[in-house]
Amino acid sequence: MSSTSPDPEFTGVVRWIDRRLPIFTMMHKEYKAFPVPKNLNYFWSFGALASITLIVMIATGIILAMQYQPNTALAFDSVERIMRDVNYGWLIRYIHMNGASMFFIVVYIHIFRGLYYGSYKEPRELLWILGVIILVLMMGAAFMGYVLPWGQMSLWGATVITNLFSAFPLVGEDLVTLLWGGFSVDNPTLNRFFALHYLLPFVILGVVVLHVAALHIPGSNNPTGIEPKGPQDTVNFHPFMTSKDMIGIGFYLLLFAALVFFAPNFLGHPDNYIPANPQVTPPHIVPEWYFLPYYAILRSFTDDWWVFLVVFSWWGVDAKLAGVLAMFGSLVVLALVPWLDTSRVKSARYRPIYKWAVALFVINFLILGWVGGKEAEEPYVTIAQLSTIYYFLHFLVFMPVIGWIERPKPLPSSISQSVLSPAE
Amino acid sequence: MLTSVKTLSTALGLALAATLAWAGPASAAKAPPPPSQNWSFEGVFGKFDRAAKQRGFQVYTEVCASCHGLRLMSYRNLSALGYTDDEIKAYAAQFEVQDGPDEFGEMFFRPAEPKDRFVEPFANAREAAAANGGAVPPDLTLMTKARKNGADYLYALLTGYRDEAPEGFELSDTQYYNDFYPGHAIAMAPPLWPDGVEYADGTPATVEQQARDLTTFLSWTAEPEMEERKSMGHAVILFILFFIVVAYFNKRRLWAQLH
Ligand code: HEC
Ligand code: HEM
Repeated sequence: MSSTSPDPEFTGVVRWIDRRLPIFTMMHKEYKAFPVPKNLNYFWSFGALASITLIVMIATGIILAMQYQPNTALAFDSVERIMRDVNYGWLIRYIHMNGASMFFIVVYIHIFRGLYYGSYKEPRELLWILGVIILVLMMGAAFMGYVLPWGQMSLWGATVITNLFSAFPLVGEDLVTLLWGGFSVDNPTLNRFFALHYLLPFVILGVVVLHVAALHIPGSNNPTGIEPKGPQDTVNFHPFMTSKDMIGIGFYLLLFAALVFFAPNFLGHPDNYIPANPQVTPPHIVPEWYFLPYYAILRSFTDDWWVFLVVFSWWGVDAKLAGVLAMFGSLVVLALVPWLDTSRVKSARYRPIYKWAVALFVINFLILGWVGGKEAEEPYVTIAQLSTIYYFLHFLVFMPVIGWIERPKPLPSSISQSVLSPAE
Repeated sequence: MLTSVKTLSTALGLALAATLAWAGPASAAKAPPPPSQNWSFEGVFGKFDRAAKQRGFQVYTEVCASCHGLRLMSYRNLSALGYTDDEIKAYAAQFEVQDGPDEFGEMFFRPAEPKDRFVEPFANAREAAAANGGAVPPDLTLMTKARKNGADYLYALLTGYRDEAPEGFELSDTQYYNDFYPGHAIAMAPPLWPDGVEYADGTPATVEQQARDLTTFLSWTAEPEMEERKSMGHAVILFILFFIVVAYFNKRRLWAQLH
């Protein structure tokens, strides 16, 4: 069987509405008859998982917002009130708290999937860039969300991160004052972060809609990286892909529930159960785990690091600004991947060298995350610096060069053929 | 003017402290990780040992409550320890809370009621510091969640005092040497003594026993929802496993049509 899309026949009220506003036709086309390559593996479920997480976050967030008080004197206790006195408040709060972690787990895997199978390549460049924009917005939303419970890490994490903006020349100091709404992270900061934390997820939702719209023009990539040649290569999204996604959703829920019910604070930091106190600096300020790789890149830039001296110091950039630029740069290079990869072949399955490069990139990213959580001392500083170099080398050197020198394996002539006689 | 100078100096202080914390390695001396203990409330099926919770509550009331509050607890929450409404009323009534204004506009004191939050030992942090040689005893409600390896740490801290600091370690008159406190110099005198309390159920009140009971009690104040959370978790996990099985067979059935 293959994908088919006979025009749906609606009757009654549905037909009446559909003639005037063809939402049912649209849903049919985009979510039922929509053809997807029939060889998709479970890595293709992570987009659906990310969408579900976004909805879960918005739903639990709105409920939390009904009880939460964005005031420095009340915020911490209002969260504890949710935990103790609101019916199932602990459930909602733990879902929201661990949902942020699930969101990043799912999205990171989603991104690595794209890197491995070349999903960023023509004609999916805009789709990819929209994805990177979602990642950046998620980081903003999660960062500001973490400030809301107003524990020690909320306050001090916010202080460290907002202070980074002071590194920018000329506007830096004013920018920080604007972020703070005053001269330190205080009540006005908490207020604006709450407003923005409420807003950003809906902006993300909007970009997700664009992301999906951009996906539905060329359709999904697949493990072979060869575009479908006809209906024999595809199946209908529903019920075939959806039935597969259900299994993915099951395992996702299993992990999510294990965290929420049995280890709700496993991924958090104990200091955030101490109310914020501007007079006491925690001995070791660390961001949430999902920021650690970027935090490691940021902290790599010390005054005496040769990369800093060679690349930045001579044009008047200090180490702090260099770290900030590198941190943002790490996301910019990710967005530029469609043009940094020079290979004609999409899927790493047929790319004997690039395949290993992606694996090493993932390992390196994990190392960055690990050192990002360590104190700034040896040997961690050196490891972080080497990993930072490797991060940028991967994108700026390995990606283009491997594309030029590598001899790809022969591609199957179509998806159907690859299913019958797999390459490996 | 004064306030803006104050804000500005706080801001500078914050920025400076943040930069230091960010740039330099944390200098605080490290304490060894607390040894891992067996707790009744550990693990996926763990529950609070109710008798231990009650004994821990007794030690808290008789020993710790003079310095440490449980600001997020209400007296009514004690029903989870197995106390009756009358017992809770009687317990609460020992404490006084400010209420009012009455019909003449006067504030007045009345005995605490089950609905009230635990009355704090000190009116404010200044008073607490003044009474404790400058150190403020932290609130204990969330203590086991607010430290790494919370329960093990609390037990290790309470049993980790040494009579004398090691040779060469300087302590001020208000400090005591503790193996597990970060930096070792803690401003809390060893709070527990053998037979410092007399348990109603006859359990011998060794320091270790008291520390274990307190840790159980304070783990409950930190996570009063834990038992409900875990048992809901069991049902949810079972449901999800069932869901996965159904999803698996559904997918197999559908995809079989394709080949
Ligand atoms: C005489 C007053 C007093 C009594 C009684 C007392 N404490 Fe303390 N406690 C303090 C002070 C003061 C500190 C702050 C120590 C410091 O900052 O060095 C403290 C700190 C603590 C800490 C925090 C340690 C850390 O990691 O920061 C814990 C936990 C603690 N006490 C538990 C208890 C328990 C449990 C009891 C009852 C058995 C108790 N205390 C009895 C005064 C007291
Ligand atoms: C992109 C989706 C979202 C992400 C990644 C996110 C992330 C976070 C994080 C990391 C926290 C801190 C958790 C903690 O330690 O307590 C938080 C708290 C909070 N969020 Fe969100 N959030 C999202 C959506 C929303 C939405 C849509 C709302 C409201 C409409 C919301 C309302 C809140 C509230 C009130 C808190 C404070 C309560 C608490 O700390 O538990 N969130 N969020």
